[in-house]
Amino acid sequence: MATSNPSSTNEPALSPAGGSLPLGLAPLPTREASPAGAPQETVVDARNVNFFYGKHQVLFDINLAVQAREIFALIGPSGCGKSTFLRTLNRMNDTIPGVRLEGEVIVNGRNIYAPGTDVIGLRRTVGMIFQRSNPFPFSIFENVAYGLKVNGLARGRREQEAVVESSLRAAGLWDEVKDRLHKPALALSGGQQQRLCIARALAIEPEILLMDEPASALDPIATTRIEELALELKAKYTIVIVTHNLQQAARISDRTCFFLMGRVVETGPTQRMFTNPARKETEDYITGRFG
Amino acid sequence: MRKHFAEELEDLKERVVYMGGLVETAVHRSVHAFVDRDLDLSASVIREIEPEVNHLEVEIDEEILRLLALQQPMAVDLRFLAACLKITTDLERMGDLAVNIAQGVERLLEQPLSTPLVDLPLMAERTKHMIRTALDSLIGADVDLARQVLETDDEVDSIRDQIFRELMHRMGQNSELVERGMTHILVARNLERIADHATNIAEDVIFWVEGVDIRHHLHDHV
Repeated sequence: MATSNPSSTNEPALSPAGGSLPLGLAPLPTREASPAGAPQETVVDARNVNFFYGKHQVLFDINLAVQAREIFALIGPSGCGKSTFLRTLNRMNDTIPGVRLEGEVIVNGRNIYAPGTDVIGLRRTVGMIFQRSNPFPFSIFENVAYGLKVNGLARGRREQEAVVESSLRAAGLWDEVKDRLHKPALALSGGQQQRLCIARALAIEPEILLMDEPASALDPIATTRIEELALELKAKYTIVIVTHNLQQAARISDRTCFFLMGRVVETGPTQRMFTNPARKETEDYITGRFG
Repeated sequence: MRKHFAEELEDLKERVVYMGGLVETAVHRSVHAFVDRDLDLSASVIREIEPEVNHLEVEIDEEILRLLALQQPMAVDLRFLAACLKITTDLERMGDLAVNIAQGVERLLEQPLSTPLVDLPLMAERTKHMIRTALDSLIGADVDLARQVLETDDEVDSIRDQIFRELMHRMGQNSELVERGMTHILVARNLERIADHATNIAEDVIFWVEGVDIRHHLHDHV
């Protein structure tokens, strides 16, 4: 047989899928969302996280690791705990009276709930974009420069201008606003305001961006721009996004995690989660058979 | 619960199964027509059933595209629609192959009677059984039935080998039998290909239900 002794024939041996390629063809380029085998670097690691509002427990034994420069989507029905979990990652829940967290949330190797944690510094590293865009009632320029000022990050006017421009460019807003930087931010459209908030978050050079339903109040075109932006930002930042829009999670995320009643049901590569989820609960939810 | 969508998926399945039933009838009649030298029966396959199968393919595919675009199905529903899209293509090809068999009846009538082949009706029986079982596996989302279809395909292939051997032997002994022999070989060849398409349908059912692609033994290598 030719296959058992390829040297006996002029034709290269045809090999099964996964083996070497027949006929000397170069392999087709592949575009994978998260290349298998690429070195992974865990930037957020939640370990046995339980969370309580007073006596009411809303998160149960959450263990999740987020890798550097991936888009990690949290999905699940309303009240499942996904937003609460997102907010534990930069201690946004601290402001609510009577909350308590058990377990550890490790960000860049440090437990952010350890005593003595610099919470302001943490929120600089872990920025947040909310459902409703919330620009300050200042000019566009002042909105982006605000974080620089309160954090004492940019020394002179010129440096501020440079950071504002690069942040607005990174947020895909520069061309639309460069001629009216000193006009009120609240005059921008909803989609522009949301990108302004992203620029504001980027200005203080975070590593991780938390997005809580960032496009749910936007029209389809503005939504597309936010999604494209997230895919571009992925080159530099790690993004954890909460979304009710399953197609959005499917379109942009590398991995998806399904929350139900305060627990993680299933986490996996997004493609598998939406074509062949392992758990019945996940399938029921994403096919709309839930409840 | 997306009640309406679930009902639409159920309706779609019924239509695919109906199309499959027509194909099963087409195969049954074409082989019968060939064995009994019945021109009326072969004509019904060519003029009535196959055009209806073609019509259904177009109609069902349009429906699948509509559901994909408007419902944006996920997971098991997405796999079901992808499977149906391929199953209609297989069924349409099976209809064409039944027509090939039916068209052989006219050629056969120009030739003198010859000793009937016992293996040909047997091969047709096994092939029809594969179609029926594949459709049953679709109806009941039954992967065990689907796997039975895959096993029967080997049986059909070995009957075909037996038929080829016998006909080659006869044609070798008497060259006057070559024309008749070729007509019979073509029928066996068409049946074999119909059985292959039934296998495809069974593989699609397994993909739909289990989410694994078992074609070409890909799973053996990964």
